Amino acid sequence: MWPEYTEQSDNFGGKNKMIRVTDDVIIKTIARVLTPFIQVYALYVIMHGHHSPGGGFQGGVILAASLILLLITHGWAETKKKFSETKTAVFCAVGVLIYTGIGVLCIFMGGNFLDYGKLGGLLMVIPPEARSLGILGVEIGVGITVMAVMFSIFFDTSTGGNSPEDETTSSLR
Amino acid sequence: MMLIKIIAVIFMLAGLFFFTTATIGLLRFPDFYSRLHATGKGDTLAVFLCFLGLSLYNGFNLTSLKILFIAVFMCLAQPTATHAISRAAFRCGLKPWMKEGENK
Repeated sequence: MWPEYTEQSDNFGGKNKMIRVTDDVIIKTIARVLTPFIQVYALYVIMHGHHSPGGGFQGGVILAASLILLLITHGWAETKKKFSETKTAVFCAVGVLIYTGIGVLCIFMGGNFLDYGKLGGLLMVIPPEARSLGILGVEIGVGITVMAVMFSIFFDTSTGGNSPEDETTSSLR
Repeated sequence: MMLIKIIAVIFMLAGLFFFTTATIGLLRFPDFYSRLHATGKGDTLAVFLCFLGLSLYNGFNLTSLKILFIAVFMCLAQPTATHAISRAAFRCGLKPWMKEGENK
């Protein structure tokens, strides 16, 4: 009466136990409905980082959680269209580049590293407003990097280091 | 204004009642499925009632709208998570508790 555990519905020939396409309508539909709302909430957390709890790290983790939800419900083939491994590597680098770029720009404008007040001349605003905008820019960079790294950590631990992308391309050849 | 606060407190007390029953069910029921049954339903209703009471108590502003959003998303996500967990347990072959002599 009770079904034995089968690995038919798994991706990649049952090798990967964490990432699989579920055949359940409820889980798929709710995950698809909730993902955009989670992402909007993550952007809200990043944007309000400097006058309410939250910030780049928390918002980035929430963004990564929405992608991980998509990955564990819809499988790798569907998630790859939105966020592939190449994009993960690129976003890791771009976030750090934004953070460091703003910091080094402050040095070029005559201040210390991450001394946002000196950006006022460049942005045509008074120094307090430049500080607020600088913190926002740095937090966007932190958020992008944290999202990419969290997604990459989950992906690497769940696949055990063998990327399914390699397997599919090698089987196509 | 006083009436709205009384209604809000009644909602929150109802939510606390359902939290208590869900916790008693979690502690007293015999196996995984019935415990999930108690907490999945009880906590969902309790969270919804508590947040409804809080947003009524807070009045008509942006914060209460945010609380209502949280309540709606909890109502969507919590039963789905319960469903996913129980489905995973069923597919892994976990057998439910039965009385002696009734095992199929």
